[in-house]
Amino acid sequence: MSDTPVLEVKDLRKHFPIAGGLLQREQARVYAVDGVSFSVGHGETLGIVGESGCGKSTAGKVILKLLEPTSGSIHLKGKDISKLSRREMHPHRREMQVIFQDPYASLNQRMRAQDIVAEPLGNYEEGSSRRARLEKVAALFNKVGLRRDFMNRYPHEFSGGQRQRLGIARALALNPELIIADEPVSALDVSVQAQVINLMMDLQQEFNLSYLFIAHDLAVVQHISHRIGVMYLGKLVEITDKRSLFRNPQHPYTEALLGAVPVPDPRRRRQRVVLKGDVPSPITPPKGCNFNTRCPYAFDRCFQEEPELREVARGHLAACHLR
Amino acid sequence: MSATPQDDKNLPDFGAALSEPSAGQMLRRRVFGHTGLVIGGTILLIIALMALLAPLIAPHDPYAHNLANRLVPPIWHDWFYDDPRATWTHIFGTDHQGRDYLSRIIYGARISLLIGFSAAIISGVIGCTLGLVAGYYGGRVDMVVNFIITTRLAMPVILVALAVVALMGSSLTIVVLVLGFLLWDQFAVVMRTLAMQMREFDFVTSAQALGCSPRYIIMREILPNVLNALLVVMTIEMANAILLEAALSFLGLGVQPPLPSWGLMLSQAKDEIFFDPWMITIPGLALLMLVLAINLIGDGLRDVTSPEGRS
Repeated sequence: MSDTPVLEVKDLRKHFPIAGGLLQREQARVYAVDGVSFSVGHGETLGIVGESGCGKSTAGKVILKLLEPTSGSIHLKGKDISKLSRREMHPHRREMQVIFQDPYASLNQRMRAQDIVAEPLGNYEEGSSRRARLEKVAALFNKVGLRRDFMNRYPHEFSGGQRQRLGIARALALNPELIIADEPVSALDVSVQAQVINLMMDLQQEFNLSYLFIAHDLAVVQHISHRIGVMYLGKLVEITDKRSLFRNPQHPYTEALLGAVPVPDPRRRRQRVVLKGDVPSPITPPKGCNFNTRCPYAFDRCFQEEPELREVARGHLAACHLR
Repeated sequence: MSATPQDDKNLPDFGAALSEPSAGQMLRRRVFGHTGLVIGGTILLIIALMALLAPLIAPHDPYAHNLANRLVPPIWHDWFYDDPRATWTHIFGTDHQGRDYLSRIIYGARISLLIGFSAAIISGVIGCTLGLVAGYYGGRVDMVVNFIITTRLAMPVILVALAVVALMGSSLTIVVLVLGFLLWDQFAVVMRTLAMQMREFDFVTSAQALGCSPRYIIMREILPNVLNALLVVMTIEMANAILLEAALSFLGLGVQPPLPSWGLMLSQAKDEIFFDPWMITIPGLALLMLVLAINLIGDGLRDVTSPEGRS
């Protein structure tokens, strides 16, 4: 039973068509997510890192079925949800929840905090009385470290960190097994980031939650994740446990990412791989390896053949011809 | 309260020290600081009171005619032209059937407001439903609704209203219904655009992820966030409906006599325009004041509720 991962994604693709011309026919497509596979086990945190526009948020939305996948499969607790309709999806929604990046945009300004957190309860526990729901909301407030007497307040009366706690409380309301956190702390101050991350880790311990933690901040991801996947231009280029990723990165892009993390010691000189140029447009990804336009080690094969994600060491997958 | 981490548990409560005004106080300050809103609100309040209390304040029965007392000029003719017929008994004079003009103006406010409100509400319901559904769903639904909106925009309101009234006969109810079913386009266009914007917000996405039904999302998540715009459009359409009723009645196809509609009064006064211009001026001014007041309120609401106006 517990062998089946909470979430298993296979060869997930999401392409956005760009329509144009007189007949609004498809002119081109954006390869936002282009063949991504990974799994998240019980009580595990998989961090997904990558720069802006690499498709990590789109991947999260597709897994949540807020966007329809173009192809590929999504298995939630062993059941393929990739082709379910909105109605068929309804019972599965309570098993995975989402926390968003912007704590200002993700809460409805016109609703009271208690109603925001109680919202999912109304959708899945129709029988429960309002009183029972409010009890539950109060318990959730307590769990995420918000005071009960804030329940009647409106979102604008909370600070950024408190709002994110509200978002977490709402995500927890249905006792999900998987929480997809889309940059949950990148909009917060550093000190508040640490509090929210620690809260998330405590809750993971308590409820045996699994997280798919999407972020661009390597330090944050390193702190919370068990395993980390690196995305570049819609593809997963490397995925392994946190220790081997930081000690022994296999993909040149990961190397460059790690090199870009600031070290709080001005005297320490580091060898840095500095990438040249910009990320190519996801509308016209380069032929061969997606990274070949910026890779310092690129050679002939990289321009012709797309590298597959394969095991280069035990449990360490990378997509590079050099390994 | 508990030992759980609080983002700002160590910070003193600066807000209380500065005694910041509450949201309600801020709103009140903005509303009463807005000249246009205050003026418009006052005029509308006076007209609404007039309409509500008509039987109490009208000096005469608006339907009682007295042919011996036809076309009595208003009181200011006594002051400026020394007209002995102008007396305080009929402050605004009497019409061609000898009915008291002031009483008819007062009762006429009822018709204008009734038509304005009812037509705005009917068209609001139709337009909001279409617009919000189109904006939220997008795609094919949006295409269909857009087609309906374009079709509606292609129809000249006054001509269609005339055709319907000519076919079905005319009454207060029919005028309200015709205007209600014709004036929803603004609502639909504005609500559609706003719903499209709202749909992109994370709180809507999150409601979808939480398993909320589309109906719930439209009613509870989107609608409360676009209410301010809805109010503004509502005032515009109210003014529009009032003017259209006047136009229809002027053409003799709206409210039927002897009901004291301002438009009807304008229509009846037009024959006397060269001899007794006051007859057409008084209902005209009443109409102007009401529509101006509603438009001032609309503008004021837009200023007061827009985020930029909140400084």
